[in-house]
Amino acid sequence: MRSLRLPRSPKVLAGFIILSIFLVLTVIGPWIAPYDPNDSTFIPNLTPSWQHLLGTTALGQDVLSQLLVGCRVTMVVSFIAGFAATVLSIVIGLSAGYIGGRTDEGLSLMSNVFLAIPGLPLLIVINSYLPEGQQANPLVVGLVIALTGWAWGARVLRAQTMSLRDRDFVEAARIIGESRWRIMLGEIGPNLLPIIAASFLFTILYSVGVYTTLAFLGLTDVSTWNWGTMMYWAQSNNAALANEWWWLAPPGIAIALVGTSLALINFGIDEFINPRLRAAGLTARQRRRVGLAKRPRLGFTPVNQSATAGKKDHS
Amino acid sequence: MTTLARRFALFAFTAWATITVNFMLPRMMPGDPIQLLIGKLQGRVTPEMIASIKAQFGQGLDQPILNQYGNYLSQLAHGDLGTSITLSAPVGDVLFSQLWWTIGLIGAAAVISFLIGTTLGALFGWTRGSRSDAAIPVATFLQSVPYYFLGTVLLMLFAGSLHWFPLMGAYDPSLTPGWNWEYISSVLRYAELPIASIVLCSLAGWMLGMRNMMVTTMSEDFVLMAVAKGLPRRRVMWHAARNAVLPSIANLALTIGLLVSGSLLVEQIFNYPGVGNLLVNAVGNQDYPLLQGIFLLITFTVLGANLLADLLYFVLDPRTRTATVN
Repeated sequence: MRSLRLPRSPKVLAGFIILSIFLVLTVIGPWIAPYDPNDSTFIPNLTPSWQHLLGTTALGQDVLSQLLVGCRVTMVVSFIAGFAATVLSIVIGLSAGYIGGRTDEGLSLMSNVFLAIPGLPLLIVINSYLPEGQQANPLVVGLVIALTGWAWGARVLRAQTMSLRDRDFVEAARIIGESRWRIMLGEIGPNLLPIIAASFLFTILYSVGVYTTLAFLGLTDVSTWNWGTMMYWAQSNNAALANEWWWLAPPGIAIALVGTSLALINFGIDEFINPRLRAAGLTARQRRRVGLAKRPRLGFTPVNQSATAGKKDHS
Repeated sequence: MTTLARRFALFAFTAWATITVNFMLPRMMPGDPIQLLIGKLQGRVTPEMIASIKAQFGQGLDQPILNQYGNYLSQLAHGDLGTSITLSAPVGDVLFSQLWWTIGLIGAAAVISFLIGTTLGALFGWTRGSRSDAAIPVATFLQSVPYYFLGTVLLMLFAGSLHWFPLMGAYDPSLTPGWNWEYISSVLRYAELPIASIVLCSLAGWMLGMRNMMVTTMSEDFVLMAVAKGLPRRRVMWHAARNAVLPSIANLALTIGLLVSGSLLVEQIFNYPGVGNLLVNAVGNQDYPLLQGIFLLITFTVLGANLLADLLYFVLDPRTRTATVN
């Protein structure tokens, strides 16, 4: 099995570092939070200071504590959703692509339907029908998000499976008499790893966005702290109009950072899948070092260009 | 079946699936859905509300489910979406009055961000490896910023502190709506900041996608051929860009759904009228007939827009047409 060797670009590294910081905070966040996030006994509207590193809200709560406690719920729900959606898309994409025929038609139709229905409104409708109390359950919310977010991954995986189905090594496995499931999971599966990884990251990205959006709209349990509910309380107390940037900025920036880190890692995977994109990531200094022209010339892929490197630039 | 006919069939099927999901969801809940809804409303029930909830479920739940389904479909076919519990008005009328705000806002933002985004993407793809590469991390970050955060920050800065734009609403409340210049210019003025915020948020996606395709397309033989023929650089770029834009147009359909979801937030942040605002209020008030009507409307609008994007693709890419001839 070929392991996932990501290009070691600074982009990917930065992505990994940021993501691991947030993963650590997911585990230890609630423990290192200086105060109880619900404690509203502090002086309201304090700007950041040593007692309150990120200030306090208009309700007299500590912003940093809310941010740290909220990290866990946000990440757990997003990872549950990302994981469930990826499993769903692997099962559906692989079966549709490998088995083909009627199965493919049925499964493709299903994923196309889910692609065409706008996700957030569907999520809001399903969410509003959940029984009282279930809206605060991370597992339930995660699974509902997964239900609306698996289709894109399934479509990409199906396409890739179809292109692998008739390769020689799969044919060989069939002739040996390996079972269908073994071929799908043991032969084709490992070759799909980069795409599976990309779709996993993409779904987590989607889940972070969708979950905090739901919370921001006040449609999840508003007493559970996550980054979306922080924004919800800030919005409903008109923090924007009162210029309380220290209340608004932390959750927004945290979400953006998690999103950026996932996107950066995804770039690495993209470059792994499509080498043409790789040289585009070279900086001007790196270009000079390997002797490439300052500006990539037209009509050559950068990969070809390294072969012609050193020749004089005639432009 | 031709490609286009297959797409039509898919959309017809999706429309049917949406209607069926809409029919099934309230009935999938454990217990009597009518009692459950009344219970959820917690004492804020008037006899009219109970009547409209019952009307939503047709001639009662004691009938076989297929009969209920038939009734539901025939009601829909007559354009009857039920009665809103809280607004005590037909859902169809409520939606129709709010729909235009959303379509105007989202439509304008979608067109503007697509045009600017793909143009920038083509330029940056063309000059890849130069200083313009710095746009990638910036765009990535911009893409990861949640819309509601960006919107709130813009509102705080440009409307709250600097007073360059109006704070909320869709037009100057002192004006009466009508076809006069004063009113229309006020509508445009109030739409500027919301539209700018959507454009800023969705621009990056178009830009990155187009840049990637441009980089890939530039290594195709026909671009090399164009260079070899001695075409001016600008013409070569146009050559490549025209081909690179096709996947973006195919993506247009997918993005429309995202934009519509985004409208829920824009309207919430900028206090702008429209379907999104209606939806959030409907959930808050547990106004299920209105909620389901909005969901149907949004899905159907997105499907229609998808179909339009497909038609556009069909017109632009001759290969899809030759496939039809065979």
